[in-house]
Amino acid sequence: MTRIRFVSVLLLGLFAFGAAHAQTPDEAEIERRLHKLSQELRCLQCQNQTLADSPAGLAEDLRREIRVQMRAGKSDEEIVAFLTARYGDFILYRPRVTPGTYLLWFGPFVVLLIGLFLLFRYIRKRRDSIAEKPLTDDDRRRAEELLAASGKETA
Amino acid sequence: MRYLIPLGLFLVLVLLLAIGLRRDPNELPSVLINKAAPTFRLPQLDDHSKTFSADDMRGKVWLLNVWASWCIGCREEHEWLLEYSRSGAVPIYGLNYKDKHEDAVAWLEELGDPYVLSAVDLDGRVAIDYGVYGAPETYLIDQSGTIRFKQVGPLSPDVWSKKVLPMVQELNRQGTTK
Repeated sequence: MTRIRFVSVLLLGLFAFGAAHAQTPDEAEIERRLHKLSQELRCLQCQNQTLADSPAGLAEDLRREIRVQMRAGKSDEEIVAFLTARYGDFILYRPRVTPGTYLLWFGPFVVLLIGLFLLFRYIRKRRDSIAEKPLTDDDRRRAEELLAASGKETA
Repeated sequence: MRYLIPLGLFLVLVLLLAIGLRRDPNELPSVLINKAAPTFRLPQLDDHSKTFSADDMRGKVWLLNVWASWCIGCREEHEWLLEYSRSGAVPIYGLNYKDKHEDAVAWLEELGDPYVLSAVDLDGRVAIDYGVYGAPETYLIDQSGTIRFKQVGPLSPDVWSKKVLPMVQELNRQGTTK
């Protein structure tokens, strides 16, 4: 009798140990999603850190809130919408493409195009400025003489 | 002419930097202005059996001030808040943000209590709904429960007399004529 009780206590203990340590796959998935999402989000207390890296109190609260929402089955998009409704687009490290951020997104390409245009214009201008000047008969004779002289030297 | 273009570009750059570098990066435009104040029901600091809700304030113009005993800016602001409270211009309600009960009570006993009452947001969940990212923060909420103004950081006498007070008076005037 005592042995049965001992074994059952032991088994129970093992079960409890297992339950405490094995994260359900769901939880592991949530942590993975949280980690990925929070790297895209700015910690508002220490603005040059992501929500994933920041030890600030608010960042911790927001991570907890994101976890709660993920457990409730919210998608990443819904959570981002929740956060931007409260903290604004500033919380996003990757700015949204909106009319207000067109300059930010496309400005560099516009500058690149302007640069290319100026470069081509410069090259063409330079090419045109070197005018074609056909050789005169005199020039040709001198060139032949020079060539013949250098040919003798090397021979 | 050759030098005018680079000089012009340089001046434009200087101008942009002059504007950009003067702006305080900690001041974010609040997305909550002219939106409904998030509703909540929280226990009161003095008596945890009683609760306070933003809905209780319907029909009134009021200030919600987010504070904590651990917050440095709040200490700076406190003297001013007492003054505003004494003036009776607008009722100030506190949101005690992630604070220890004893610390919060001791703080009000030591420095004075400018609040009609303080609601206790122990885990900061309500503060998330309000987009709080740095206490102290103050919200001006109108009769319909809409946030009309938000101050991040201490509510200085300058902001009080130039922004908050005129808005409060305007809102109250509109409220009585309606």
